[in-house]
Order: sequence, then structure tokens, then C-alpha cells
Amino acid sequence: MKFRPLFYILSACLLLTSLFSFIFWGFKTSIDFSGGSNWVMILPSKPSQDSINNVFKENNLDSPEINTTDQTYTLKFKNIDPEKKDQLVTSVTKIDSQYKELKFESLGPVLGKELLRKTIFAIVLSAIALLIFIGSRFKDFSFGAAAVLAMIHDAIILVGSFSLFGHFFGAEVDSLFVTALLTTLSASVHDTVVTFNRIKELKRQNYKIDWVELANEAVTETLSRSLNNSMTIIFMLLALVVLGGSTTHWFATALLVGVVCGTYSSIGVAIPLVLFFKKDKKKK
Amino acid sequence: MPNKNRILKVFWTIIALTFLCVIINFPTQLPIKFNIGNFQVDHTFYRPDFSFKLGQKEFKKNMDLKYGLDLAGGASLIFDIDTSNTKKEDLEEALNALKANIERRVNLFGVSETNVQLVNQDGNHRLNVELPGVEDTSSAIKLIGTTAQLSFKGVIDEKLFKEATTSAELEKAMKNTDLSGSNLVKSTVEINPNNSQPEVAIELDSEGTKLFANITKEYLNKQVAIFLDNQFLMAPNVQVIITEGKATISGNFDSKAAKELSAQLNAGALPLSIKLIQQNQIGATLGQDSINSGIFAGIVGLIIVCLFMIGNYGRLGLIADIGLIIYGLITLTLYRLIPVTLTFPGIVGFILSIGMAVDSNILIFERMREETRKGKNWNSAMELGFGRAWDSIKDANACTIITGLILFNPLNWSFLNTSGMVRGFAITLILGIFIGIFTGVFVTRNLLRVLAKEKIQK
Repeated sequence: MKFRPLFYILSACLLLTSLFSFIFWGFKTSIDFSGGSNWVMILPSKPSQDSINNVFKENNLDSPEINTTDQTYTLKFKNIDPEKKDQLVTSVTKIDSQYKELKFESLGPVLGKELLRKTIFAIVLSAIALLIFIGSRFKDFSFGAAAVLAMIHDAIILVGSFSLFGHFFGAEVDSLFVTALLTTLSASVHDTVVTFNRIKELKRQNYKIDWVELANEAVTETLSRSLNNSMTIIFMLLALVVLGGSTTHWFATALLVGVVCGTYSSIGVAIPLVLFFKKDKKKK
Repeated sequence: MPNKNRILKVFWTIIALTFLCVIINFPTQLPIKFNIGNFQVDHTFYRPDFSFKLGQKEFKKNMDLKYGLDLAGGASLIFDIDTSNTKKEDLEEALNALKANIERRVNLFGVSETNVQLVNQDGNHRLNVELPGVEDTSSAIKLIGTTAQLSFKGVIDEKLFKEATTSAELEKAMKNTDLSGSNLVKSTVEINPNNSQPEVAIELDSEGTKLFANITKEYLNKQVAIFLDNQFLMAPNVQVIITEGKATISGNFDSKAAKELSAQLNAGALPLSIKLIQQNQIGATLGQDSINSGIFAGIVGLIIVCLFMIGNYGRLGLIADIGLIIYGLITLTLYRLIPVTLTFPGIVGFILSIGMAVDSNILIFERMREETRKGKNWNSAMELGFGRAWDSIKDANACTIITGLILFNPLNWSFLNTSGMVRGFAITLILGIFIGIFTGVFVTRNLLRVLAKEKIQK
């Protein structure tokens, strides 16, 4: 644990960057949160963006945000009712008779707020449940607190990284991101618990051993396991990021960031925190 | 270490279980054609249907994988239900009537596995409608969204009414009245004390009472036809002039039919208006692309993980890989049996859980390495490795299950997530953890015991 200052600096940098990006750039939220419409279609005649903007103008709508890859057009605009949609379809068919719809979503803003509230509830509930579970399993709440703090550390970094990705690469925060966030939390704790278990075991074998020495030994012994395990999950996720469709590209990226973070935080955050709590107790 | 016989028994049980899973996951049809020299093989294998008789009961199970809307394509609609004009005590009945009504309309599309669901979100009532395979969402919305209308029509030509075959003829046989569903206060099912036959009682408001009195006077001893959404319901005989706005509709129906009619009348009478707040339309092609790319990524990831395990742990890694394949087979079998509706996040959950399933093996193998380093012989190192690692595996996976359960929200708490997407992910993750512990610990341990024995013999 001689690297402790290094871990502190690294974590502080990551957290500050995350918070900075979060405060200054915020998020690019998908329609899952902010409400709106998302319309994906195939237009074989590849009309120009101006002609699509005109279609929207004719129907008294603001120009949509248009993304194109070859013949596939993705349009984003405000929430509309079914009648308006019918009118739009008629107009689009006029500029390209071979129009084919792949996907159409339209959401009111109410559902987004609900999703946000539910996510926060789920995180708080998970944190409390895990704090109680780990605390009682190890009969020591400094372990529970350290694991949960490491978990929150990961959550902040993941959220911050998506704020950065959003700013630079156009990644959107949607309901899948929420799922990824919650999975990250559990993966982070998963790793931490394995290391804690080793500390518990070593402590049982040799009661007099110093906490710092104990932590060093536990980390050394579980390090190869942690790395190997993370590698397998990272392989699976990398395959998804590279080969999976566009629907899950950012979802898998979020999980990837989360897993890497979780592996680091169990050694770089959770263990130093336990040591910190223990030192505090001794002084008293 | 348990005795040899028991180990072998467990070993063969695992083999049998794997074989069973292979059969269940077999494609329904698998034509095999090849030539070896002069020997020709041309045979089509069929998956046996899972159906058997136990006493009088016949068990049948459809083993096809079920795909969610995002994979199969289709429309999902969420409506907000306006309950502000409905009394609290009538709400439940009104909501159920609404649901029954919408289900009846949705069935007009003739697609299978439609799903109509009432959701209570902090007192906001919602209606979720799922229409797999429906491409024309606009007309679906129109059909669902119109308010049910009850109408009464007097029969003026009884002979024509009976013999009418076209709707034009039917129209001719009747005369419209001003009485409509908006005049109905409510309808209930009653049992006639004289002949204990179920009857449908209706209660009208003051305007309706007047109209009804006039109608019954005009059509005394004639029929009055009742329509719901212009669909003919029934044409009861008017027996007396009714002035107090209460009437019973008697006919030869059983209590179920009476309840249905009453519910339908109530739906027309208590028009809970609904408003579309979300629509989601996914074309079937996009879904197919998602499945293909997901499966491809999964296979590539799996191969890399398998190679990594062999490279890192040699023979042990190979055993873990066999365990992993058994894991995949059991998981797919359970998806078919439960059945789990597969959504895209669900597939991702499955792929992720493969990664987690390997974790137990890595934990165990690392432990075994340590024990061998301490000088233990291979056999006891293996047993110790499994024993010691079990504690960590248990605790770590319990944490993941806690989060999984919060995501899955089994008690349907309205303050937690109820979206099918997140739940689809959670269910595959939770299933994956349980099966992963089973194959990672139980299956690989027994496979190793049998193989370890071989090693000693050599």
C-alpha cells in the first residue's frame, strides 16, 4: 500500500475531471429523458438534408437533428402526435417513394422525469442494501462504508466520462445507460468483496498482523485473480463495442468504463479507505 | 473427497443433463446431407415435441425462444388514462372494463401475443399496449384511442332485422334513438330471484330516463338493439314502459356472458378517455440486425475468453471452458422453459453473465495455484481451492443478486423501474449468476475430480 498517495491523486484527478465535465458540459440526454421523437428510416434516393428540413417546415415543425449513414436517416425532433406523424410520412413519401420506416419513438417529457427519479431511488436503495449486507457479513461497518464509497466513486466517474463522451463524441444518456450504471455498481462491489474476504481470512489466521501489512498481502494475493477476471469481462464487452450494432455501442462502452473503474477502485479506493477508517479508530 | 462411486454418478448426471439441454436447444429441423464414398446420408432431424400425458392431463410446452418487441419488431404504445371524472369506488371496475374493451379492439388486428396491461404509476393510471409485428402504428393508435360508444336503436322492421345479411339492410330495419352511452350511469349483474337467471341491470341519468321512457313507449313489445362501437350486442324485447330509468336486460346468458356485457356497457358508459404519451415502433429488419450482431459479438467474445482461459490455466482452463459451454446450454434451455422474453439488453445481460460465470473458476484456480505453491499435492490443492474460494464466490455474487433484484423489481413497486427493457436485462443477469455458480463450482469440480483420477492412474 505504499502507492496509496498515488491512488489518492489519481482518484482525485478522475473525480475532479468528472465533476468539471458534468458541471460545465452536462449531459446529452436522449429522448428517454427529455422527451421527443426519434425516427429512423431508409431513404434509397439519399435526399439532401435541406429537402428533409423543408418537409418539416411544410408541416410547421422546427428542423430536426439529422444523422445519416448511407441510406439510413436518423431524425430527432420534438414530441409529436399521431396525426402529425401521418402528415410527415405523407410528405416524406413524396420526396422518396421507397421510404421505409425502421423505428419510430415518441415520448412525452413526463416519462423521462420518472426514469430519472427511479434511477436515483434504485441507486440509493442498492447502496443501503449493500452497506447493510457487507457490513453484516464482515461484522464491521468500515468495510461496508468503504465498499459503498468505492462504488459511488465509480458511479461518479462513469457519469462524468459520459458527460465527456457526450461533449466530444455525441454519446447520449438513455435508459440503457441507467442499466449500465447500476450494473457497474454491482460489478464494483463484486470485486471489492473478493479482496475484503481475503483480508478477513488473513486476519483470522494471524490476529496480530498490522492492517497495512494485511492489506498489502491481500492485494498481492488477489491481484492476478482481479486482473484475469476483469480481462474476461473486458473481452466480452470489447467484442460488443466493436462488433455489436449501433444500438448497444454506447451501452457496452458504459459497461466497459464501469468494469475497468470497478477493478481499479477495489484496490485503489476501497482498501485505502478501510485503512483510513482503521487508523482513525486507533488514534481514538 | 467423496467416494469414487458417487463422483462417477454425479459425472454421468452432468453428462445426461447436458445431453438433455442439447436436445431442447436443437433446431426444430436440421437437414443433414453428405456423402462418404458411396455411402449417402440424407436425413432431416426433428426436435421432439415436449408433450406427454400424465393421467388425464396432457402437458405441452412450446420450446421456441420468445423475442421482445425490440427484436421481433412491432409497436409499443403507452396511454395515459384520465380518471379525474370517475368516482373512486367505480375506478377499478371502470379500468377493467377499459382494459377488456381495448383488448377486444386489439384482437381485431389478428396478431398473436398482443399484450394489454394496466399500470398504476403513483396514482397515474396507464395502459401499456404491445403489438408484435404490427407495422401500421397510426391506424392501431386510432383504433385503440377512440372512446367506446354505446348506442340504442329501435327495430322498426322485425322481419328485415332477422333476415338482414348486410349492414345496409340492418340499418334500414332500425331507427336511431337519442339515447347513448353518455346517459348510462352504470350497469351491474343481478340474479333474477324468480328463475335465478343472471341479468344485466342498467341505470340511466335523468335525461336518459326521459329518453328511455319514450323509447320503451314507442317500441313496446318490440325489440331495441344495443350496439357497442357499432358492433351489434343484442336486441332485447321491451316488455313494459320504463319510467324510472332502471331496466334489466334478460336473455339466455350465463353469468360470464352477463358480466362481460355489463363490463362492455360500463366501458361505453364511463368513457375513461385515454391519451397517447409514448409510442415506439421498431421495424422487423432492425430487430433481426440486432440479433445477428449480438450473437456474432457473443460468439467472438466467448472464443476469446475460452482461449484466454486455456492460455492462462492450461488443462484447468479447458475444463472451465467445458463448464462454460454447459453453462450456455443450461441458460438457453431455461430461457425456453420459463420462458424468458429476450430483449436486446437481455442478450447483453447474457453475454455479460458469461464473463461473470468465468469469475468463479478464476477465483478457484488462483486459489489452487496458491495451495500447490505451499506444497500441497494436486488433489488436496483442488479440494482446498474449491472450499476456500466458495466464501468469496458466495459473498460477491450475493451483492450482484441484490442489485439484480432491485433492477428486476419483483414486487412491482411503483417507485422502482418497471420498464421491460431494464427488467429483461436484470432477469438474464440474475439467472446467469445462479447458473454460473452451479456450473462454475459444482460442474467443474466434479469434472476435475474425474479427470484428476485419470491423472493419478497415468
